[in-house]
Amino acid sequence: MSSEINLTLQVWRQPGPQAEGRFVTYEASGISTDASFLEMLDIVNERLIENGEEPIVFESDCREGICGTCGLMINGQAHGPQKGTATCQLHMRSFSDGDHIVIEPWRATSFPVLRDLAVDRRAMDAIIASGGYISVNTGAAPDANLTPVPKETADTAFDAAACIGCGACVAACPNSAAQLFTAAKVQHLNLLPQGQAQRWARTEAMVETMEEFFGSCTNHGECEEACPKDIPIDFIAWTNRDYIKAKVKNRKLAG
Amino acid sequence: MAQTVSRVSTPPPVRSEPRVRLPWPLSIYQTAVGKKWVMGLTGAALLGFIVVHMIGNLHLYEGPLEIHEYAETLRDLGTKIIPRTWLLWAMRFGLIAAFGLHIHSAYSLSRMSMAADQRYPGGRNYIAANFASRTMRWTGPIIGLYLFYHLADLTWGWFNPDFVRGDPYHNVSESLGSIPVAILYIVANVALAVHIFHGTWSMFQSLGVNSPRYNHLRRYLASGLAGIILVGNLSFPIFVQAGVIDDNGRSIVEELQQHEAAEGEDH
Repeated sequence: MSSEINLTLQVWRQPGPQAEGRFVTYEASGISTDASFLEMLDIVNERLIENGEEPIVFESDCREGICGTCGLMINGQAHGPQKGTATCQLHMRSFSDGDHIVIEPWRATSFPVLRDLAVDRRAMDAIIASGGYISVNTGAAPDANLTPVPKETADTAFDAAACIGCGACVAACPNSAAQLFTAAKVQHLNLLPQGQAQRWARTEAMVETMEEFFGSCTNHGECEEACPKDIPIDFIAWTNRDYIKAKVKNRKLAG
Repeated sequence: MAQTVSRVSTPPPVRSEPRVRLPWPLSIYQTAVGKKWVMGLTGAALLGFIVVHMIGNLHLYEGPLEIHEYAETLRDLGTKIIPRTWLLWAMRFGLIAAFGLHIHSAYSLSRMSMAADQRYPGGRNYIAANFASRTMRWTGPIIGLYLFYHLADLTWGWFNPDFVRGDPYHNVSESLGSIPVAILYIVANVALAVHIFHGTWSMFQSLGVNSPRYNHLRRYLASGLAGIILVGNLSFPIFVQAGVIDDNGRSIVEELQQHEAAEGEDH
Protein backbone atom coordinates (compact mmCIF):
# COMPACT_ATOMS: atom_id res chain seq x y z
CA MET A 1 0.00 0.00 0.00
CA SER A 2 1.52 3.23 -1.05
CA SER A 3 0.85 6.36 0.92
CA GLU A 4 2.28 9.85 1.09
CA ILE A 5 4.40 11.27 3.87
CA ASN A 6 5.67 14.73 4.75
CA LEU A 7 9.28 15.12 5.80
CA THR A 8 11.63 17.82 7.02
CA LEU A 9 15.07 17.54 5.44
CA GLN A 10 18.21 19.09 6.83
CA VAL A 11 20.64 18.99 3.89
CA TRP A 12 24.32 19.93 3.81
CA ARG A 13 24.81 22.66 1.19
CA GLN A 14 28.32 23.65 0.18
CA PRO A 15 28.91 25.66 -3.04
CA GLY A 16 32.45 24.35 -3.63
CA PRO A 17 35.44 22.52 -2.13
CA GLN A 18 36.88 25.62 -0.45
CA ALA A 19 33.55 27.20 0.47
CA GLU A 20 31.99 27.10 3.91
CA GLY A 21 29.16 24.57 4.16
CA ARG A 22 25.98 24.74 6.21
CA PHE A 23 22.73 22.87 6.80
CA VAL A 24 19.64 24.10 4.92
CA THR A 25 16.17 22.93 5.91
CA TYR A 26 13.68 21.87 3.24
CA GLU A 27 10.10 20.70 3.60
CA ALA A 28 9.50 17.62 1.48
CA SER A 29 5.73 17.20 1.41
CA GLY A 30 3.64 14.57 -0.33
CA ILE A 31 6.47 12.05 -0.85
CA SER A 32 5.27 8.59 -1.94
CA THR A 33 6.48 5.80 0.33
CA ASP A 34 7.25 3.84 -2.86
CA ALA A 35 9.89 6.42 -3.86
CA SER A 36 13.51 5.59 -3.28
CA PHE A 37 15.59 7.96 -1.20
CA LEU A 38 17.24 9.35 -4.34
CA GLU A 39 13.84 9.76 -6.07
CA MET A 40 12.74 11.74 -3.04
CA LEU A 41 15.77 14.02 -3.55
CA ASP A 42 14.89 14.25 -7.28
CA ILE A 43 11.40 15.46 -6.32
CA VAL A 44 12.85 18.02 -3.91
CA ASN A 45 15.26 19.18 -6.65
CA GLU A 46 12.43 19.53 -9.19
CA ARG A 47 10.63 21.83 -6.79
CA LEU A 48 13.83 23.80 -6.10
CA ILE A 49 14.37 24.28 -9.85
CA GLU A 50 10.74 25.41 -10.29
CA ASN A 51 11.34 28.01 -7.57
CA GLY A 52 14.53 29.14 -9.32
CA GLU A 53 16.83 27.74 -6.62
CA GLU A 54 20.01 25.70 -7.04
CA PRO A 55 19.23 21.97 -6.88
CA ILE A 56 21.01 19.76 -4.31
CA VAL A 57 24.06 18.09 -5.87
CA PHE A 58 24.31 14.38 -5.12
CA GLU A 59 25.86 11.45 -6.99
CA SER A 60 24.01 8.46 -8.40
CA ASP A 61 24.23 6.16 -11.37
CA CYS A 62 22.76 2.66 -11.55
CA ARG A 63 20.16 3.12 -8.79
CA GLU A 64 20.12 -0.63 -8.18
CA GLY A 65 22.92 -0.97 -5.65
CA ILE A 66 25.69 -2.26 -7.88
CA CYS A 67 27.71 0.74 -9.04
CA GLY A 68 28.81 2.33 -5.76
CA THR A 69 28.26 5.89 -6.95
CA CYS A 70 25.59 6.98 -4.49
CA GLY A 71 26.28 7.32 -0.84
CA LEU A 72 24.83 9.64 1.77
CA MET A 73 25.09 9.92 5.51
CA ILE A 74 21.42 9.73 6.52
CA ASN A 75 20.67 10.54 10.16
CA GLY A 76 24.27 9.72 11.07
CA GLN A 77 24.23 6.33 9.33
CA ALA A 78 26.06 5.59 6.08
CA HIS A 79 23.46 4.61 3.44
CA GLY A 80 20.72 5.16 6.02
CA PRO A 81 18.94 2.89 8.48
CA GLN A 82 18.45 -0.17 6.24
CA LYS A 83 21.18 -2.80 6.57
CA GLY A 84 22.99 -4.24 3.56
CA THR A 85 21.72 -1.75 0.99
CA ALA A 86 23.05 1.35 -0.77
CA THR A 87 21.27 4.71 -0.53
CA CYS A 88 19.50 4.09 -3.85
CA GLN A 89 17.92 0.89 -2.47
CA LEU A 90 16.57 2.67 0.59
CA HIS A 91 12.89 3.44 0.19
CA MET A 92 10.82 6.11 1.84
CA ARG A 93 8.68 3.41 3.47
CA SER A 94 11.57 3.14 5.94
CA PHE A 95 10.51 6.58 7.24
CA SER A 96 7.33 7.81 8.87
CA ASP A 97 5.23 10.89 8.35
CA GLY A 98 6.73 13.95 10.04
CA ASP A 99 10.26 12.52 10.24
CA HIS A 100 13.23 14.84 10.41
CA ILE A 101 16.09 13.59 8.18
CA VAL A 102 19.65 14.91 8.34
CA ILE A 103 21.56 14.35 5.07
CA GLU A 104 25.33 14.82 4.93
CA PRO A 105 28.09 13.88 2.51
CA TRP A 106 30.70 11.22 3.40
CA ARG A 107 33.28 12.87 5.62
CA ALA A 108 36.99 12.10 5.72
CA THR A 109 40.04 14.26 5.10
CA SER A 110 40.75 12.26 1.94
CA PHE A 111 37.11 12.62 0.78
CA PRO A 112 36.96 16.41 0.25
CA VAL A 113 33.47 17.73 -0.48
CA LEU A 114 33.19 18.80 -4.12
CA ARG A 115 29.75 20.31 -3.83
CA ASP A 116 26.81 19.72 -1.47
CA LEU A 117 26.62 15.94 -1.06
CA ALA A 118 29.22 14.91 -3.67
CA VAL A 119 32.73 14.04 -2.48
CA ASP A 120 36.01 13.29 -4.25
CA ARG A 121 36.79 9.58 -3.78
CA ARG A 122 39.93 9.37 -5.93
CA ALA A 123 42.00 8.32 -2.92
CA MET A 124 40.26 4.94 -3.25
CA ASP A 125 41.21 4.83 -6.94
CA ALA A 126 44.84 5.27 -5.89
CA ILE A 127 44.56 2.14 -3.72
CA ILE A 128 43.21 0.12 -6.67
CA ALA A 129 45.84 1.54 -9.04
CA SER A 130 48.61 0.42 -6.70
CA GLY A 131 47.71 -3.27 -6.98
CA GLY A 132 44.00 -4.07 -7.24
CA TYR A 133 44.34 -6.09 -10.43
CA ILE A 134 46.04 -9.19 -11.83
CA SER A 135 48.54 -9.09 -14.68
CA VAL A 136 47.96 -11.94 -17.16
CA ASN A 137 49.08 -12.62 -20.68
CA THR A 138 46.12 -11.83 -22.87
CA GLY A 139 45.05 -14.14 -25.64
CA ALA A 140 42.28 -16.59 -26.16
CA ALA A 141 39.98 -17.10 -23.19
CA PRO A 142 41.22 -20.02 -21.07
CA ASP A 143 39.18 -23.21 -21.04
CA ALA A 144 36.50 -23.38 -18.42
CA ASN A 145 37.59 -25.23 -15.27
CA LEU A 146 41.23 -25.14 -16.38
CA THR A 147 42.12 -23.75 -12.96
CA PRO A 148 40.18 -25.64 -10.29
CA VAL A 149 38.90 -23.47 -7.42
CA PRO A 150 37.19 -25.05 -4.39
CA LYS A 151 33.57 -23.95 -4.02
CA GLU A 152 34.14 -22.51 -0.52
CA THR A 153 37.12 -20.46 -1.73
CA ALA A 154 35.19 -19.15 -4.71
CA ASP A 155 32.27 -18.19 -2.45
CA THR A 156 34.51 -16.35 0.00
CA ALA A 157 36.37 -14.55 -2.79
CA PHE A 158 33.01 -13.57 -4.24
CA ASP A 159 31.86 -12.17 -0.88
CA ALA A 160 34.86 -9.83 -1.03
CA ALA A 161 34.40 -9.11 -4.73
CA ALA A 162 30.89 -7.86 -3.98
CA CYS A 163 32.51 -4.58 -2.84
CA ILE A 164 31.19 -1.73 -4.99
CA GLY A 165 33.72 0.80 -3.70
CA CYS A 166 31.11 3.26 -2.42
CA GLY A 167 33.17 4.46 0.54
CA ALA A 168 30.55 3.81 3.21
CA CYS A 169 33.15 1.95 5.30
CA VAL A 170 35.33 5.07 5.42
CA ALA A 171 32.33 7.31 6.09
CA ALA A 172 31.08 5.15 8.96
CA CYS A 173 34.50 4.63 10.55
CA PRO A 174 35.32 6.89 13.53
CA ASN A 175 38.95 6.70 12.34
CA SER A 176 38.12 7.21 8.66
CA ALA A 177 40.00 3.99 7.95
CA ALA A 178 39.57 2.38 4.53
CA GLN A 179 40.49 -1.03 5.90
CA LEU A 180 37.32 -2.85 4.80
CA PHE A 181 37.46 -1.48 1.24
CA THR A 182 41.17 -2.28 0.89
CA ALA A 183 40.82 -5.70 2.51
CA ALA A 184 37.96 -6.65 0.18
CA LYS A 185 39.91 -5.51 -2.86
CA VAL A 186 43.06 -7.34 -1.70
CA GLN A 187 41.34 -10.56 -0.65
CA HIS A 188 39.07 -11.15 -3.65
CA LEU A 189 42.30 -11.59 -5.62
CA ASN A 190 44.51 -13.08 -2.90
CA LEU A 191 42.06 -15.92 -2.26
CA LEU A 192 42.05 -17.15 -5.86
CA PRO A 193 44.74 -19.01 -7.85
CA GLN A 194 44.88 -16.22 -10.44
CA GLY A 195 45.83 -13.76 -7.75
CA GLN A 196 48.73 -15.74 -6.27
CA ALA A 197 51.55 -14.51 -8.54
CA GLN A 198 51.25 -10.94 -7.32
CA ARG A 199 49.79 -11.73 -3.89
CA TRP A 200 52.58 -10.33 -1.70
CA ALA A 201 53.43 -7.36 -3.92
CA ARG A 202 49.73 -6.46 -4.12
CA THR A 203 49.13 -6.69 -0.38
CA GLU A 204 52.10 -4.51 0.51
CA ALA A 205 51.40 -1.89 -2.17
CA MET A 206 47.67 -1.57 -1.52
CA VAL A 207 47.94 -1.45 2.27
CA GLU A 208 50.68 1.19 2.13
CA THR A 209 48.74 3.33 -0.34
CA MET A 210 45.72 3.05 1.97
CA GLU A 211 47.82 4.25 4.91
CA GLU A 212 48.77 7.39 3.00
CA PHE A 213 45.18 8.57 2.81
CA PHE A 214 43.12 6.98 5.56
CA GLY A 215 43.17 6.39 9.30
CA SER A 216 44.08 3.32 11.31
CA CYS A 217 41.57 0.59 12.12
CA THR A 218 40.62 0.18 15.80
CA ASN A 219 38.23 -2.72 15.22
CA HIS A 220 34.96 -0.98 16.07
CA GLY A 221 33.16 -2.93 13.34
CA GLU A 222 31.14 0.09 12.13
CA CYS A 223 32.23 -0.54 8.50
CA GLU A 224 30.69 -4.01 8.46
CA GLU A 225 27.35 -2.56 9.61
CA ALA A 226 27.48 0.25 7.05
CA CYS A 227 28.57 -1.91 4.10
CA PRO A 228 25.78 -2.16 1.48
CA LYS A 229 27.24 -5.55 0.47
CA ASP A 230 27.54 -6.94 4.03
CA ILE A 231 31.26 -7.62 3.63
CA PRO A 232 32.56 -9.03 6.94
CA ILE A 233 35.58 -7.60 8.78
CA ASP A 234 37.17 -11.06 8.66
CA PHE A 235 38.77 -9.87 5.43
CA ILE A 236 40.54 -7.14 7.41
CA ALA A 237 42.11 -9.73 9.72
CA TRP A 238 43.26 -11.84 6.75
CA THR A 239 44.75 -8.78 5.08
CA ASN A 240 46.62 -7.88 8.28
CA ARG A 241 48.06 -11.39 8.29
CA ASP A 242 48.93 -11.25 4.58
CA TYR A 243 50.57 -7.87 5.06
CA ILE A 244 53.04 -9.11 7.69
CA LYS A 245 53.77 -12.21 5.56
CA ALA A 246 54.34 -9.89 2.59
CA LYS A 247 56.77 -7.78 4.61
CA VAL A 248 58.82 -10.94 5.22
CA LYS A 249 58.53 -12.46 1.76
CA ASN A 250 59.08 -9.24 -0.21
CA ARG A 251 62.26 -8.59 1.73
CA LYS A 252 63.80 -11.73 0.26
CA LEU A 253 62.78 -10.63 -3.25
CA ALA A 254 64.24 -7.15 -2.80
CA GLY A 255 67.68 -8.73 -2.54
CA MET B 1 53.52 -3.56 -7.77
CA ALA B 2 56.02 -4.02 -10.56
CA GLN B 3 53.70 -2.78 -13.27
CA THR B 4 51.76 -0.21 -11.30
CA VAL B 5 49.46 1.76 -13.54
CA SER B 6 50.11 5.48 -13.67
CA ARG B 7 49.43 7.19 -10.39
CA VAL B 8 45.89 8.52 -10.02
CA SER B 9 45.65 12.21 -9.12
CA THR B 10 44.32 12.41 -5.59
CA PRO B 11 43.73 14.81 -2.74
CA PRO B 12 46.96 15.33 -0.74
CA PRO B 13 47.88 12.35 1.47
CA VAL B 14 47.19 12.71 5.19
CA ARG B 15 50.29 10.76 6.15
CA SER B 16 53.74 11.60 4.85
CA GLU B 17 56.55 9.15 4.22
CA PRO B 18 58.77 8.60 7.28
CA ARG B 19 61.83 10.87 7.22
CA VAL B 20 64.19 7.96 7.82
CA ARG B 21 63.52 4.50 6.37
CA LEU B 22 64.55 2.13 9.15
CA PRO B 23 66.12 -1.23 8.20
CA TRP B 24 63.98 -4.36 8.15
CA PRO B 25 62.32 -5.51 10.45
CA LEU B 26 62.07 -2.11 12.17
CA SER B 27 60.53 -0.73 8.96
CA ILE B 28 57.45 -2.83 9.69
CA TYR B 29 56.84 -0.66 12.76
CA GLN B 30 56.80 2.41 10.50
CA THR B 31 53.56 1.25 8.89
CA ALA B 32 50.13 1.50 10.49
CA VAL B 33 49.30 -2.20 10.12
CA GLY B 34 52.75 -3.03 11.53
CA LYS B 35 52.07 -0.78 14.52
CA LYS B 36 48.74 -2.55 15.05
CA TRP B 37 50.67 -5.84 15.12
CA VAL B 38 53.00 -4.47 17.76
CA MET B 39 50.02 -3.13 19.70
CA GLY B 40 48.37 -6.55 19.58
CA LEU B 41 51.51 -8.47 20.57
CA THR B 42 52.43 -6.12 23.42
CA GLY B 43 48.78 -6.12 24.50
CA ALA B 44 48.88 -9.90 24.69
CA ALA B 45 52.07 -9.77 26.79
CA LEU B 46 50.60 -7.15 29.14
CA LEU B 47 47.38 -9.12 29.40
CA GLY B 48 49.37 -12.21 30.35
CA PHE B 49 51.10 -10.21 33.07
CA ILE B 50 47.80 -8.81 34.39
CA VAL B 51 46.28 -12.30 34.66
CA VAL B 52 49.35 -13.76 36.43
CA HIS B 53 49.62 -10.69 38.70
CA MET B 54 45.98 -10.99 39.74
CA ILE B 55 46.26 -14.72 40.42
CA GLY B 56 49.51 -14.23 42.34
CA ASN B 57 47.94 -11.54 44.48
CA LEU B 58 45.32 -14.03 45.64
CA HIS B 59 48.06 -15.20 48.05
CA LEU B 60 46.96 -12.18 50.12
CA TYR B 61 44.00 -14.27 51.25
CA GLU B 62 46.36 -16.91 52.66
CA GLY B 63 48.03 -14.46 55.00
CA PRO B 64 50.97 -12.08 55.44
CA LEU B 65 53.69 -14.75 55.51
CA GLU B 66 52.35 -16.59 52.47
CA ILE B 67 52.22 -13.47 50.23
CA HIS B 68 55.67 -12.50 51.51
CA GLU B 69 56.97 -15.93 50.58
CA TYR B 70 55.33 -15.64 47.14
CA ALA B 71 57.08 -12.29 46.58
CA GLU B 72 60.40 -13.80 47.63
CA THR B 73 59.85 -16.78 45.32
CA LEU B 74 59.46 -14.36 42.40
CA ARG B 75 62.85 -12.88 43.24
CA ASP B 76 64.32 -16.37 43.54
CA LEU B 77 63.12 -17.45 40.08
CA GLY B 78 65.96 -18.96 38.06
CA THR B 79 68.48 -18.74 40.91
CA LYS B 80 69.83 -22.17 40.11
CA ILE B 81 71.16 -20.80 36.80
CA ILE B 82 71.52 -17.03 37.10
CA PRO B 83 72.00 -14.64 40.05
CA ARG B 84 69.00 -13.79 42.23
CA THR B 85 66.38 -11.33 40.84
CA TRP B 86 67.95 -11.38 37.34
CA LEU B 87 65.07 -13.31 35.79
CA LEU B 88 62.56 -11.05 37.56
CA TRP B 89 64.37 -7.99 36.21
CA ALA B 90 64.47 -9.48 32.70
CA MET B 91 60.69 -9.89 32.88
CA ARG B 92 60.31 -6.37 34.25
CA PHE B 93 62.35 -4.91 31.38
CA GLY B 94 60.25 -6.92 28.94
CA LEU B 95 57.08 -5.48 30.47
CA ILE B 96 58.43 -1.92 30.43
CA ALA B 97 59.36 -2.31 26.75
CA ALA B 98 55.94 -3.79 25.94
CA PHE B 99 54.19 -0.99 27.83
CA GLY B 100 56.26 1.69 26.07
CA LEU B 101 55.58 0.24 22.62
CA HIS B 102 51.88 -0.24 23.40
CA ILE B 103 51.58 3.45 24.32
CA HIS B 104 53.71 4.72 21.45
CA SER B 105 51.84 2.73 18.80
CA ALA B 106 48.49 3.83 20.26
CA TYR B 107 49.60 7.46 20.32
CA SER B 108 50.91 7.58 16.76
CA LEU B 109 47.97 5.61 15.30
CA SER B 110 45.51 7.88 17.11
CA ARG B 111 47.20 10.93 15.62
CA MET B 112 47.05 9.37 12.17
CA SER B 113 43.34 8.60 12.56
CA MET B 114 42.58 12.07 13.90
CA ALA B 115 44.27 13.60 10.84
CA ALA B 116 42.23 11.35 8.54
CA ASP B 117 38.86 11.82 10.24
CA GLN B 118 36.38 14.66 9.86
CA ARG B 119 33.50 15.37 12.20
CA TYR B 120 29.87 15.06 11.17
CA PRO B 121 28.16 18.30 12.24
CA GLY B 122 24.83 16.46 12.06
CA GLY B 123 26.07 13.74 14.40
CA ARG B 124 27.06 10.14 13.89
CA ASN B 125 24.98 7.15 14.82
CA TYR B 126 27.06 4.30 16.25
CA ILE B 127 25.76 0.80 15.65
CA ALA B 128 28.60 -1.69 16.11
CA ALA B 129 31.04 0.37 18.18
CA ASN B 130 30.52 -0.33 21.86
CA PHE B 131 31.36 1.66 24.98
CA ALA B 132 34.66 -0.21 25.40
CA SER B 133 35.88 0.30 21.84
CA ARG B 134 35.01 3.98 21.86
CA THR B 135 36.72 4.70 25.19
CA MET B 136 40.06 2.94 24.52
CA ARG B 137 41.81 6.32 24.24
CA TRP B 138 40.41 7.26 27.68
CA THR B 139 40.75 3.99 29.57
CA GLY B 140 44.36 3.64 28.32
CA PRO B 141 45.66 6.89 29.92
CA ILE B 142 43.61 6.15 33.08
CA ILE B 143 45.41 2.81 33.38
CA GLY B 144 48.78 4.50 32.71
CA LEU B 145 48.29 7.09 35.46
CA TYR B 146 46.95 4.45 37.83
CA LEU B 147 49.97 2.23 37.12
CA PHE B 148 52.30 5.07 38.12
CA TYR B 149 50.36 5.60 41.36
CA HIS B 150 50.23 1.85 42.00
CA LEU B 151 54.04 1.52 41.69
CA ALA B 152 54.72 4.67 43.72
CA ASP B 153 52.32 3.45 46.39
CA LEU B 154 53.11 -0.25 46.72
CA THR B 155 56.60 -0.66 45.21
CA TRP B 156 58.39 2.55 46.10
CA GLY B 157 56.29 3.50 49.13
CA TRP B 158 56.13 7.23 48.34
CA PHE B 159 52.59 7.82 49.53
CA ASN B 160 52.52 5.47 52.46
CA PRO B 161 54.15 6.64 55.73
CA ASP B 162 53.90 3.11 57.19
CA PHE B 163 55.47 1.45 54.13
CA VAL B 164 57.47 -1.67 54.97
CA ARG B 165 59.64 -3.00 52.16
CA GLY B 166 58.99 -6.68 51.57
CA ASP B 167 55.65 -6.87 53.40
CA PRO B 168 52.94 -6.67 50.72
CA TYR B 169 50.19 -7.67 53.16
CA HIS B 170 50.95 -4.78 55.48
CA ASN B 171 51.37 -2.26 52.65
CA VAL B 172 48.17 -3.32 50.88
CA SER B 173 46.10 -3.19 54.07
CA GLU B 174 47.55 0.23 55.00
CA SER B 175 47.09 1.76 51.51
CA LEU B 176 43.75 0.33 50.53
CA GLY B 177 42.43 0.94 54.03
CA SER B 178 42.04 4.57 53.07
CA ILE B 179 38.70 5.15 51.34
CA PRO B 180 39.96 7.55 48.59
CA VAL B 181 42.70 5.07 47.63
CA ALA B 182 40.21 2.19 47.56
CA ILE B 183 37.92 4.24 45.29
CA LEU B 184 40.88 5.05 43.01
CA TYR B 185 41.71 1.35 42.73
CA ILE B 186 38.11 0.45 41.97
CA VAL B 187 37.75 3.12 39.25
CA ALA B 188 41.09 2.23 37.65
CA ASN B 189 40.35 -1.49 37.63
CA VAL B 190 36.95 -0.95 36.05
CA ALA B 191 38.76 1.06 33.34
CA LEU B 192 41.26 -1.81 32.99
CA ALA B 193 38.48 -4.38 32.55
CA VAL B 194 36.75 -2.19 29.93
CA HIS B 195 40.08 -1.78 28.09
CA ILE B 196 40.68 -5.54 28.19
CA PHE B 197 37.16 -6.28 26.95
CA HIS B 198 37.79 -4.48 23.65
CA GLY B 199 41.55 -5.11 23.55
CA THR B 200 41.34 -8.90 23.79
CA TRP B 201 38.85 -9.14 20.95
CA SER B 202 40.59 -6.50 18.88
CA MET B 203 43.96 -8.24 19.27
CA PHE B 204 42.77 -11.21 17.21
CA GLN B 205 41.72 -8.94 14.34
CA SER B 206 44.94 -6.91 14.40
CA LEU B 207 47.11 -10.03 14.45
CA GLY B 208 45.04 -11.66 11.72
CA VAL B 209 43.96 -14.58 13.93
CA ASN B 210 40.61 -15.18 12.32
CA SER B 211 38.88 -18.41 11.46
CA PRO B 212 35.10 -18.22 10.93
CA ARG B 213 34.64 -21.52 12.77
CA TYR B 214 36.09 -20.17 16.01
CA ASN B 215 35.46 -16.42 15.71
CA HIS B 216 32.47 -16.43 18.07
CA LEU B 217 34.78 -17.68 20.85
CA ARG B 218 36.79 -14.45 20.75
CA ARG B 219 33.95 -12.49 22.35
CA TYR B 220 33.54 -15.09 25.08
CA LEU B 221 37.27 -14.98 25.78
CA ALA B 222 37.26 -11.18 25.95
CA SER B 223 34.24 -11.08 28.29
CA GLY B 224 35.63 -13.93 30.40
CA LEU B 225 39.07 -12.39 30.86
CA ALA B 226 37.68 -8.91 31.54
CA GLY B 227 35.24 -10.39 34.08
CA ILE B 228 37.82 -12.54 35.88
CA ILE B 229 40.26 -9.64 36.12
CA LEU B 230 37.54 -7.27 37.27
CA VAL B 231 36.32 -9.60 40.03
CA GLY B 232 39.83 -10.58 41.14
CA ASN B 233 41.25 -7.07 41.22
CA LEU B 234 38.20 -5.43 42.79
CA SER B 235 38.21 -8.02 45.56
CA PHE B 236 41.39 -6.50 47.06
CA PRO B 237 40.15 -2.95 47.84
CA ILE B 238 36.72 -4.32 48.81
CA PHE B 239 38.07 -6.97 51.21
CA VAL B 240 40.58 -4.55 52.73
CA GLN B 241 37.72 -2.13 53.38
CA ALA B 242 35.66 -5.00 54.79
CA GLY B 243 38.48 -5.84 57.17
CA VAL B 244 39.21 -9.30 55.75
CA ILE B 245 42.76 -8.23 54.85
CA ASP B 246 43.92 -6.32 57.92
CA ASP B 247 47.03 -6.62 60.07
CA ASN B 248 46.01 -3.86 62.53
CA GLY B 249 49.06 -1.80 61.55
CA ARG B 250 51.50 -4.55 62.62
CA SER B 251 54.02 -5.70 60.08
CA ILE B 252 54.51 -9.39 60.78
CA VAL B 253 57.29 -9.62 58.20
CA GLU B 254 59.15 -6.73 59.86
CA GLU B 255 58.82 -8.38 63.28
CA LEU B 256 60.01 -11.66 61.84
CA GLN B 257 63.03 -10.01 60.26
CA GLN B 258 63.88 -8.23 63.55
CA HIS B 259 63.49 -11.52 65.38
CA GLU B 260 65.81 -13.28 62.95
CA ALA B 261 68.35 -10.47 63.23
CA ALA B 262 68.23 -10.72 67.04
CA GLU B 263 68.70 -14.48 66.88
CA GLY B 264 71.65 -14.01 64.53
CA GLU B 265 73.30 -11.75 67.14
CA ASP B 266 72.72 -14.39 69.85
CA HIS B 267 74.71 -17.03 68.00
